[in-house]
Amino acid sequence: MPGKWQWFHKLGSPRWFYGIADRFNPLLLGSALLLLVAGIVWGLAFAPPDYLQGNSYRIIFIHVPTAFVAQSVYIMMAVAGAVTLIWRMKLADVFVRSVAPIGAAFTFLALFTGAVWGKPTWGAYWVWDARLTSMLILLFLYFGIIALGSAISDEKSSARAVAVLALVGVVNIPIIKYSVNWWNTLHQPATFKWTERPAMQMDMWLPLLLSVLGLYLFFTWLAFVRMQTEILHRERRTQWVRQLIQQRKG
Amino acid sequence: MVFDSLQAFIAMGGHGPFIWTCYAAFLIVMVGLVFWSFQQRRQVIAQSLRQQRIEQRKAASTPVSPSESELT
Repeated sequence: MPGKWQWFHKLGSPRWFYGIADRFNPLLLGSALLLLVAGIVWGLAFAPPDYLQGNSYRIIFIHVPTAFVAQSVYIMMAVAGAVTLIWRMKLADVFVRSVAPIGAAFTFLALFTGAVWGKPTWGAYWVWDARLTSMLILLFLYFGIIALGSAISDEKSSARAVAVLALVGVVNIPIIKYSVNWWNTLHQPATFKWTERPAMQMDMWLPLLLSVLGLYLFFTWLAFVRMQTEILHRERRTQWVRQLIQQRKG
Repeated sequence: MVFDSLQAFIAMGGHGPFIWTCYAAFLIVMVGLVFWSFQQRRQVIAQSLRQQRIEQRKAASTPVSPSESELT
């Protein structure tokens, strides 16, 4: 059925996606590493020290990117969950499965780097305030999605259960985002806002922006790689995957 | 560079241990994620190759005589 919905059906085709991912992966990885290295080296060695915190603030160049991407990944998972429930698109479920461990790893890193940064800055590794607690809940949501997905063996019911959990859990995201405004907290407010220029000086926020973009690209690359693996597994009985695997072997 | 020497860069004005712990954790987790993901890829490919071989053997043995499959 040709028409305006054709691209949508194509997007749902695992085989089509596999080829697209193959084509974009080298470019994604290359630009991700370039931006990450540039942002981190700039941040560590060339950005000026903070007038209050000294050098400890240099943790921001991995803390903010991991926290930022960890939250966006969850939002993407919720959107993919809705797509799974409404259109039964297989690729959306493949996405959720493949990125949940990446999201969990980034959330862990955000919590860990935040704790280590907290020690010299606040005098404590951990405080039970709104931002930190809601971020910990995000980690548990990721764990829940991974566990739920592997606990149900039937592919369709597993996909539906995971999609529902991803959707329900998304209420936590605005709580994380606005926790620094709604409650008294030790955590500093958002570094980047849509409406205002950053309060930081440019040679602090520019390297931060580079590492955020770099981590986004890195996430996209790794998500593509993991989705390809999931497709190879799910479509292992199809002719095109059989041929592909035979070719890889040879 | 805003630091006078390599030592000053590593010491980070006394914050070195905190900063380098974070960057080490970041590197370890990122490399671990990539390594684990490619290990999964290898496993999936090996598993499906094994499956294909089993099916080929079955297909080869069932219609013809069973003794033939022992030779291959």
